[in-house]
Amino acid sequence: MIVFAAHALVVAGLVIAALLVYRFRDLLSAAIAFGVFSFLLSLEFYILQAPDVAIAEAGIGAGLTTAIYTIAVRGTQRWEETEE
Amino acid sequence: MRMSKVVRTAADILFPFVLIFGFYIVVHGHLTPGGGFQGGAVIATAIVLLIAAYGYDAIARRITKDALRNTEALGLIAFIATALVALALGAGFFYNWLAGTGLLFGMPVGFGPNPGDLNTGGTIPLMNLAVGIEVLGALSLIVLYMLSGTQEAA
Repeated sequence: MIVFAAHALVVAGLVIAALLVYRFRDLLSAAIAFGVFSFLLSLEFYILQAPDVAIAEAGIGAGLTTAIYTIAVRGTQRWEETEE
Repeated sequence: MRMSKVVRTAADILFPFVLIFGFYIVVHGHLTPGGGFQGGAVIATAIVLLIAAYGYDAIARRITKDALRNTEALGLIAFIATALVALALGAGFFYNWLAGTGLLFGMPVGFGPNPGDLNTGGTIPLMNLAVGIEVLGALSLIVLYMLSGTQEAA
């Protein structure tokens, strides 16, 4: 029961984080939300008994991709332009 | 761009643990979850942690792009060489020529459920090490190149 509740929480968090990545106009916030998404995804992989993939997702997704996106935002512009 | 003293101290304390955890994942790749790619990614994350804490300039003086590029090439060469030695011994490409020989990583695997012996697996731990070296070089190189690109633009 507890495992099921944790699983449901993680999936709900995944959907919320993915929606936040889509909704944010501030690209830095979107990058951080993507990091949260990757972290929850690695938890989900661990719950589904794939610790191998979970380590890769935590290292690449939550660690490196967030850093690369943050650097890219710093190199370009922070706010997404609204289309007229 | 240096961060505050709190961030730098935390990065100093965390760095060796992340590094050792990465090497643990690489070396125990044939026994526990993880392997060369995952461990290399964790080690690259440790280097990114240092870059985030100390800024590009301070890190780029110590860890140069050339060194990382050589690291990556060394890992790839070690991986291919391990596979090619099998061809030289008259077996197939990627043949596990070290398994069961009693040499390095060559002990026979215990029968039945057991906690696992690090000294088994033949060429698989060697290839995990090669992949770990390769991935740590490549992923750190990506971040360093991204940073150097924005550095020129700013």
